[in-house]
Amino acid sequence: MTRALPVLTVLAGIVAIWYAAAVWMNATWIFDQAERNGQTVTWAEVIPQTMDQARPLLPPPHQVAAELWKGVAGQAVTSKRSLVYHGYVTVKGTLMGFGLGIVMGVLLAMSIVRFRVMDMSVMPWAIISQTIPIVALAPMILTLSSQLGISGRDVPKAIIAAYLSFFPVLVSMVKGLRAPDQMQLDLLRTYGAGEGATFLKLRLPASMPYFFASLKVAIAASLIGTIVGELPTGAIEGLGARMLIGSQFGEPLIMWAALFAAAILAGMLILAVGVVERLARARMGVPA
Amino acid sequence: MTWLVGTIGIWLAAWALNARLAASGWARTTAGKLAVPILFGVTILVLWEGLVRGAGIAPVILPAPSAIAAKIAVSLPTLWLDFSQTFLKGALPGFVIGCGAAIATAIAIDRSPFLQRGLLPIGNFVAALPIVGLAPILVMWFGFDWQSKAAVVVVMVFFPVLVNMVAGLQASERMQADLMATWGASYWQSLVKLRLPAAMPFLFNGLKIASTLALIGAIVAEFFGSPIYGMGFRISTEVGRLGLDMVWAEIAVAALAGSAFYGLIALIERWVTFWHPSQRH
Repeated sequence: MTRALPVLTVLAGIVAIWYAAAVWMNATWIFDQAERNGQTVTWAEVIPQTMDQARPLLPPPHQVAAELWKGVAGQAVTSKRSLVYHGYVTVKGTLMGFGLGIVMGVLLAMSIVRFRVMDMSVMPWAIISQTIPIVALAPMILTLSSQLGISGRDVPKAIIAAYLSFFPVLVSMVKGLRAPDQMQLDLLRTYGAGEGATFLKLRLPASMPYFFASLKVAIAASLIGTIVGELPTGAIEGLGARMLIGSQFGEPLIMWAALFAAAILAGMLILAVGVVERLARARMGVPA
Repeated sequence: MTWLVGTIGIWLAAWALNARLAASGWARTTAGKLAVPILFGVTILVLWEGLVRGAGIAPVILPAPSAIAAKIAVSLPTLWLDFSQTFLKGALPGFVIGCGAAIATAIAIDRSPFLQRGLLPIGNFVAALPIVGLAPILVMWFGFDWQSKAAVVVVMVFFPVLVNMVAGLQASERMQADLMATWGASYWQSLVKLRLPAAMPFLFNGLKIASTLALIGAIVAEFFGSPIYGMGFRISTEVGRLGLDMVWAEIAVAALAGSAFYGLIALIERWVTFWHPSQRH
């Protein structure tokens, strides 16, 4: 309770500010409308009207919640208007990119730790690759893969997501695989352990805490990559496409509902990674 | 065919040379540390050029680096116009405002542990959210010009910097705080002389993350509406016209700008936090 109270207080504050901002921003439209009709309206009349406009500048929280609920529970899950369906498309892309990113990150980290030339030549470029804004590359990757005859958007989306999510894994795994100190390495040498055995029995277990710490960053990055991959022209499925559609058709409620669906998704994915981490730690005998 | 064989030959030779360099004592010098990655980068470009020419890949799929360089050379004014719209007007003011607001907020809530305990988990959560999704909403509010781009950047950089700054302000040790107290230092004196400097390594971590986010935010926001120039606008229209050499030229500018911005912040970091163990050599 002592931990929840401050968080709840700040959340309540945010909601209060949000309502105030919604009244302030949506009122302009009502005043304009009244002026055009030659009427005068008082604030007492305006405030209820700011709460349920069809196209509000800033929808108040309960409107967003209602739209979100309608999108999640009010449709069949297979419907094109169901947020569950769009969320599923986004999660599929995110998980594919996440998996690809982990494989790439771990393989690169292994070869960087093993070969000095990889460390010197690839590592600086891996860092530079993250300073390149992926969104500039995203439309490029989409056209490139369609030119190469890959149908659908799953593969290009996964590539974009992997591009963002491999880096945290790479950095943490390099650190983790180098975590065993000289004493431990020497001990394994006295046992006559080869390079493979040292890797499997010392370096890999030692890197696990680093690995799991990086997964939470990587899954969030992967989700951002997937949504960015859904934004550029032509996407019709996924939460990113939903935001684009809301923007193009001037439907703010659709945008806000998609945004909150993406936020909830991010929270669920991070929680899921946390659960996997706890299971793996218990399995490996790390005291909680 | 000769192109392919030649390219692969050059690649193997360069790789062998790099392996030799990395194994030799020369690898420990600064020149060696620079030469190896540069050689690797050049090899990638040669490989790209050779594959495109050797395999006869159409320019609408993947233009060769030489074609991209030629395009950059003839369209410098356009590239500069796009760069100044997206980076100088969109990303940079947004970065300064967003980071400034985050630092100010962190200092403002510093005296209230209650607010900190409330804001930190929320900030951490929001920092992991796909904030880019706010871009269409902010474009709707602030119009198509650079103001909406700057607004997207402000929101994107705010939370990572806030979280790092709050963590940084808590980083000074108990002993150091006690020492300041024995000297009779006021809250502001100990803030300026002890806790702000101690927070700098954390702050710069946040600023580095924010520097890459800033450019992403400014470019994404242009996908949702922009004047008829800007890097995001140019990329999305040229992709539609299959003018891929221009797209790659913009990517090159974006890569250069992103790396230079990051490098600049890393340089300032080295200068400000020279005392930190990670900066000692």
